[in-house]
Amino acid sequence: MTRLDVRKTHKLYIGGAFPRSESGRTFEAVDAKGGFLGNMALASRKDARDAVLAARKAFGGWSTRTPYNRGQVVYRLAEVMEGRRDQFIEQLRAAEGLNDKKATTYVDAAIDRVVWYAGWADKYVQVLGNGNPVSGPFFNLSTPEPTGVVATVAPSGPLLGLVSVIAPAIVTGNTVVVIASEKYPVPAVTLSECMATSDLPGGVVNILTGKPAEIAPWLASHMDVNALDLAGVDDPELAASLEVAAADNLKRVLRAPSAPVDWLAEPTLARLEGLVETKTVWHPIGV
Amino acid sequence: MTGATASLRKTLGGLPGVDQVGLEARAAGLGTRSIKTTAKAWAIDLAISMVDLTTLEGADTPGKVRALANKAMRPDPTDPSCPSAAAVCVYPDMVKIAKDTLGDSGLNVASVATAFPSGRAALDIKLADTRDAVEAGADEIDMVIDRGAFLTGNYELVFDEIVATKEACARPDGTHAHLKVIFETGELQTYDNVRKASWLAMMAGADFIKTSTGKVQPAATLPVTLVMLEAVRDFRAETGRQVGVKPAGGIKTSKDAIKYLVMVNEIVGEDWLDPDWFRFGASSLLNDLLLQRQKIATGHYSGPDYVTLD
Repeated sequence: MTRLDVRKTHKLYIGGAFPRSESGRTFEAVDAKGGFLGNMALASRKDARDAVLAARKAFGGWSTRTPYNRGQVVYRLAEVMEGRRDQFIEQLRAAEGLNDKKATTYVDAAIDRVVWYAGWADKYVQVLGNGNPVSGPFFNLSTPEPTGVVATVAPSGPLLGLVSVIAPAIVTGNTVVVIASEKYPVPAVTLSECMATSDLPGGVVNILTGKPAEIAPWLASHMDVNALDLAGVDDPELAASLEVAAADNLKRVLRAPSAPVDWLAEPTLARLEGLVETKTVWHPIGV
Repeated sequence: MTGATASLRKTLGGLPGVDQVGLEARAAGLGTRSIKTTAKAWAIDLAISMVDLTTLEGADTPGKVRALANKAMRPDPTDPSCPSAAAVCVYPDMVKIAKDTLGDSGLNVASVATAFPSGRAALDIKLADTRDAVEAGADEIDMVIDRGAFLTGNYELVFDEIVATKEACARPDGTHAHLKVIFETGELQTYDNVRKASWLAMMAGADFIKTSTGKVQPAATLPVTLVMLEAVRDFRAETGRQVGVKPAGGIKTSKDAIKYLVMVNEIVGEDWLDPDWFRFGASSLLNDLLLQRQKIATGHYSGPDYVTLD
C-alpha cells in the first residue's frame, strides 16, 4: 500500500507556540534549483507586534535566571539540535544546494557555536565587567546587563548565521524577535522546533518567516524594542532607514556588515558585547 | 404572597428563556466586525471616556488612589487631546481622597458598597456601608446583589435590598447617588438568570446594571453583556426609563473594548454609546487603549514604558 504524503505546515514561532500568520498569508520556499520546498507563513506587522509582546513578557523571567542556568538551557538547545543533525543537513543541502560534506560542516559548526556561547553565559561578566580604580574611598564596579528585547534581521546563512546571531543575544539574558532569512526559511522553522522542545522558555526566542523589508521597519520603530541587530540586511538604503527609525527611542543598533561575513570563522565576544548595557555602581569602602 | 410579590414573580417568570447557542453565536459574530482607521480612533477615544478606572485591592493606599484619580483626569499627559475617563471606582474609605483629588474636574467617584464583593453581611451593615460612601461624596454606588438569595429563588429579598440601597443613596438635598447593581454573572450559572436579574434590578430602581465585581472568574463576557443590553432595550420600550450597562472585569485590550462598543451599537443603538449609559469597569484596559491611541497618532508601536504603571 502506498502511503499518503504527510506534508509539513511551516509556521511562525511566537511565545513558545506555533501560530500561522495572523494575516493568513504564505509564501513559497524553493530549493537551490527553484523546486518547491514548502509553504511558509508570511509574517505581518501584527505578528511582529505579537512577537515583541511575547519577548517582553519573557524578559523578566529569563534575564533574572542565574547565568549558570541560562548556560545550561542554551547547551540543552545544542543537545536537541544534535538529535536533528541529519534533518538539518538534509535541509541545507536542499535549500542551498550544498554537497553533503559542506552541509555537514555548517550544521556541526552551528551546533558547536551554540555550545560555545552557552559556555560564555556565566563567564562574560568577568571578562566584560570591571572593578574600576577611582580616586576616592569607593568600590567602583561595572557589570554588563542585558539590553532587553532585541529585534534581529538574521543573515541568509540558513543555520550557522541564524544561531550566530540568536545565541549571543540570549545567553546574556536578552529576549529576541528574529526575522529569518527570506531566502532559506526552512531550517529556521526546524530550529524553532528544537527551541520548543529544549528548556528555553516560550518567548525568549521568537522566529518570524517573511520579508525583512516589510516587517523590519515596524520593529525598528517599535518603542518597546531596545536593540536592533541588522546582521542580515544587505540593502544599504534599508539599513539606513532602519537606523533612522531606531533612533527614536535610542535603540542600540548593531549595524549591517559592510562586507560579507564568514560565519565559519572563530567568533569573538563582539556580538555578546554589543547587546549588553554597562551598569556602574559606586559603593563606599568600609561601611 | 402579597400583590407586589406576585407581580414580581409573574414578570420574572414570564421572561422568555435565552437561546444559549444563538446568543453565543451572535456575540461571536458581532466580535468579528473590523473597525479600522478613523472609526477605530473614534472608538478608542469613546472607550477611554467610558472607563471607570478601578482599584479594589486590600493593598490600596491613599497615594495609589490619588495617582489613579490623576490618571483618570489626564490619561495621557503628553497629549491634551486625549479624553478623560468617566469615573474612579474605589472602596468606600477611599472615596474622600478620590473626591478631593478630582476636585471640580467633573469626573465622578464611584464607590463599591454593600459588603463588596461577596455581599454576605446583614442588611443594616450593607446600608451603613452605602450611606458612608454617599456621605463621603460618592457620585455613584456599585452594590452587589445577594447571589445566595437569588439562586435559592428568594427574588423578593434581592428586590427589597436593591430598593433599600437605593433609598440609602439619597442625599439631604433630595438628589441621589447613581445606583449600579452588580450581578456577579460568573456566579449566576445561566443566561436565563442574568436576564431575570437584569429585570429584577431595573424594576427595583437600578440606574445601571453591572456584570461583575472583577473578583470572580468568568467576569464580563460578550454574551452576558448582550443579554443585559437586550434587557435594558426591552425595559425602555416597556417603561420608557433608560438604564445603563457596565461590563466589568476581564476586559483588557482595545480590541475587546471595541467589540463591546460594536455590540452596544448593534443591540441597543447610539443612545447608549455615551459614558452616561455605558461604562467599562477596568484598570489595565486604559493602558492598552492609550498604547493603541499612541500607535494611531505616531504611526509606530508604543510600549509599556510610555504609560504609567498602576
